[in-house]
Amino acid sequence: MKNDLQHKEDFPGQIHELPGGGIIISSFNDIVNWARSNSLWPLTFATSCCGIEMMSVASSKYDFSRFGFEVARATPRQADVIIIAGTIVNKMAPVLKRLYDQMADPKYVIAMGACAISGGPFFYNTYSVVKGADHIIPVDVYIPGCPPRPEALLHALITLQQKIKSGLTREQIRSEKPTV
Amino acid sequence: MTNEELKQHITTHEASAVFDETGEWLNVYIEPAVWKSFAQWLKKGELGMDYLFCLTCIDWSATAAGKTLLTMVYHFTATTHRQPLVVKVKLDRNNPDIETVCDIWRTAEFLEREVAELFGVRFLHHPDLRKLILTDDFEGYPLRKDFEDPVNMIKL
Repeated sequence: MKNDLQHKEDFPGQIHELPGGGIIISSFNDIVNWARSNSLWPLTFATSCCGIEMMSVASSKYDFSRFGFEVARATPRQADVIIIAGTIVNKMAPVLKRLYDQMADPKYVIAMGACAISGGPFFYNTYSVVKGADHIIPVDVYIPGCPPRPEALLHALITLQQKIKSGLTREQIRSEKPTV
Repeated sequence: MTNEELKQHITTHEASAVFDETGEWLNVYIEPAVWKSFAQWLKKGELGMDYLFCLTCIDWSATAAGKTLLTMVYHFTATTHRQPLVVKVKLDRNNPDIETVCDIWRTAEFLEREVAELFGVRFLHHPDLRKLILTDDFEGYPLRKDFEDPVNMIKL
């Protein structure tokens, strides 16, 4: 067991080998966050072309199951993370809010692409587009691009994992004073 | 069937039809008053246009010649002879009434709902002209050239 775990750099704890077996010293929160970050179930949710890139990341070439994202759920009640892949229009906004509300805590949000960040190419001269999904629900990770490369989505997923492993909730990160 | 044959059939049936042959497909302008009976003939008559594959509208109000002009555009083809035909009907922008064709081509029911909410065309005798894409309380016709929305729209 020691050899298995100590080679994993991100394992949150120490292992002490003793006669008759080892002891793991860690904090319970760290273990929970470590486990949680490695099994994030995304909601099957895509509103435009970014969804095609998201499907590409799910398929064999990029394969986000390597990082624990493979269990895409069709219901928000079983999902941990919602990837906002595409334009959110005014009529979709209450639906997105309801999906987010239906997800069980802890829940995470990734804004994928220019539309989800700011309305993107539809920022000007459009009557129907929400200028950024964070007007509706809080966002953890933003990925720029139109659409972002699959590698960029993978990077965002790994960034979200790091954020979870760091152990703070979104609210804690916001209210935390920067350490100098 | 060729464009020339289409033209002959249409001229024989409807003398008031005006043709425009600048494009690949034959364009024909029909008066709003005869549109409904012409549409019924398109489906049931010699042309057998059983497939309405596009229904849209153009607002010409930004041009000098079309200050009060809306043009309905219907694209037809037939599963028998496969020769497409474009039918255009000119409407008064301030009073855009036209007969529905959703009893002839069922697909027109949704397409006309869309044109009704985006351009404000009134389709007479349409069974259900609720908004399709916009929210139910939306005001204005957003695809008209003079549409303004100071709340949601950021002008470049």
